Amino acid sequence: MKKFLTAILFAPLLAFGAGAELHLDRAPDKSGDMAALQNGAKIFVNYCLNCHSASYMRYNRLKDIGLNDAQIKDNLLFTAEKVGEPMKIAMQRADAKVWFGAAPPDLTVIARARASEFGSGADWLYTYLRGFYRDDKRPTGWNNVVFENVGMPHVLWELQGEQVMGADHKLNLAKPGKLKPQEFDAAVGDLVGFLKYMGEPMAEFRKQLGVIVLIFLAVVFVFAYALKREYWKDVH
Amino acid sequence: MSKVNAILQGTLNWVDERFPLTSNWKAHLSEYYAPKNFNFWYFFGSLAMLVLVIQIVTGIFLTMHFKPDASLNASGVPVAFASVEYIMRDVPWGWLIRYMHSTGASAFFVVVYLHMFRGMLYGSYRKPRELIWIFGMVIFLCLMAEAFFGYLLPWGQMSFWGAQVIVNLFSAIPLIGPDLSIWLRGDYVVGDATLNRFFAFHVIAVPLVLLGLVAAHILALHEVGSNNPDGVEIKKKKDANGIPLDGIPFHPYYSVKDIVGVVVFLMVFSVIVFFMPEFGGYFLEYNNFFPADPLVTPPHIAPVWYFTPYYSILRAVTYPLFGIDAKFWGVVAMGASTLIIALLPWLDRSPVKSIRYRGPLYKGFLAAFIVSFFILGYLGMLGPTPMRTLVAQICSVIYFAFFLLMPIYSSLDKCQPEPDRVTSK
Repeated sequence: MKKFLTAILFAPLLAFGAGAELHLDRAPDKSGDMAALQNGAKIFVNYCLNCHSASYMRYNRLKDIGLNDAQIKDNLLFTAEKVGEPMKIAMQRADAKVWFGAAPPDLTVIARARASEFGSGADWLYTYLRGFYRDDKRPTGWNNVVFENVGMPHVLWELQGEQVMGADHKLNLAKPGKLKPQEFDAAVGDLVGFLKYMGEPMAEFRKQLGVIVLIFLAVVFVFAYALKREYWKDVH
Repeated sequence: MSKVNAILQGTLNWVDERFPLTSNWKAHLSEYYAPKNFNFWYFFGSLAMLVLVIQIVTGIFLTMHFKPDASLNASGVPVAFASVEYIMRDVPWGWLIRYMHSTGASAFFVVVYLHMFRGMLYGSYRKPRELIWIFGMVIFLCLMAEAFFGYLLPWGQMSFWGAQVIVNLFSAIPLIGPDLSIWLRGDYVVGDATLNRFFAFHVIAVPLVLLGLVAAHILALHEVGSNNPDGVEIKKKKDANGIPLDGIPFHPYYSVKDIVGVVVFLMVFSVIVFFMPEFGGYFLEYNNFFPADPLVTPPHIAPVWYFTPYYSILRAVTYPLFGIDAKFWGVVAMGASTLIIALLPWLDRSPVKSIRYRGPLYKGFLAAFIVSFFILGYLGMLGPTPMRTLVAQICSVIYFAFFLLMPIYSSLDKCQPEPDRVTSK
């Protein structure tokens, strides 16, 4: 009887079959890996922060990933005067719209926005940044496997080289870049790790605090339950 | 010591001569006799109060930093959206307050749905508790309005397009519809005017009504006394002092018991706040981390989970009637699906209140209702396909049949006799 009920319950779900599948590569987890996050920050500032802002993120927040004010000032502070300023860019949005067709979005929380049922936001970014290929039909000369007809050109092409789309819908490296494929994947992994960190800089602290809060509540529970037992022992 | 006691007693007397403090304390807590057999399902009323307090307190602090402003800042981000990220990053403990508020919104619906389901299990809406149920239903409607208004405020893509879809529903009303929806929005599209008025509704108008209704809900409850899992009236059997034999004072018995429930609830709540604040995209939708963009319609607009059953019913209506658009009848069906719950006290004709003594007919209908409620909720999160619409239509029929056929099946049902006194298990 139970089996029958379960079957009836779930039978309609079979009819719901999902629509288009989006295959995403799994991004490596870099949370807490300071060296990787610092490398990611360097790549972000050098390659992304010319067109994309991260306007809710302050430079001196990078202390979270093990940098001090002097290091931030000397190595990363290209678009602002003071370490307390947010990561803004000089490019005007109106100009950007003319040049790229759409103003490049702010990237502070992009790793949270790109999450979906197909994978985390980091997975999407990891696949996207490694998924550019040559396409002469596009004004920039580039297309992308997860973001069709993307407005952004392949900014990391010098590092990755040029990929082409094969007849089997798989990407092949036609011209090698400065980095070997594994090295490029590792670099993108670091960059995506940084984007994920930037989406929620307090994420690591949040989890650490959560453990303490739960332990505290567990202790409170013991006392609360003992108190209840004591009061209720004369209720029959 | 006795001197201190004398001073305290004197102060209390002074207050009692001017304000009904002790009498209210007795009437609502220390001499409010509740049935002694409350089970798991009876935690959710006090938990709903707790979540209300969490929402009000966190909401007050969020209001200090949030800016209901749809204009774009220098980086091209709407000010409202940016101010939420400002709270998340630059306001000390702002992230915790915001996650408590966003998780609290979903938690509110979880505990209220369970609280309502308790009422259905044990017939708590039956005479003489009809008004408690009515007040509760108005609280539920206010809660939905509160959640809807609040969801626009972060000004993300789902905030914007969700509000756009819902306000557009009003345009389906014949004759006055189009003007009505413009009047509601204050603009031709959801914009700054909409954001500001929703903010006003969310932080003051609806909460005021909500607090008044909660007070009325509890006053009405304490007037007639609580129901219990057996659905029998404890006031029918009293001792020589007029105290119900099966009643125990709410304080201290249920105050200490509810503290246990509160701690367990806070543990579950903390697991979500600290370890999964997005709750897989159900509590904070991923798409809402994109700022609102009136020029880019998301491929899939889904309401938050607590609205999806009614949204499914709305979409399930695909037939025009009397020459009026199907969309209008969808709105009518959606409205009816929330309002019809309020009629339960008059639809239920069973001789017993509690599910424990009801017959198989009611149990079957209730099970079918719950299953179709979940399926409707699930479908409401997905885009429509012909197959899904058909399933939603079947589930909508079951949803309404549960209520509309209740006068028939609840009186035909083979019930067991109720006990005289409450049972302990």
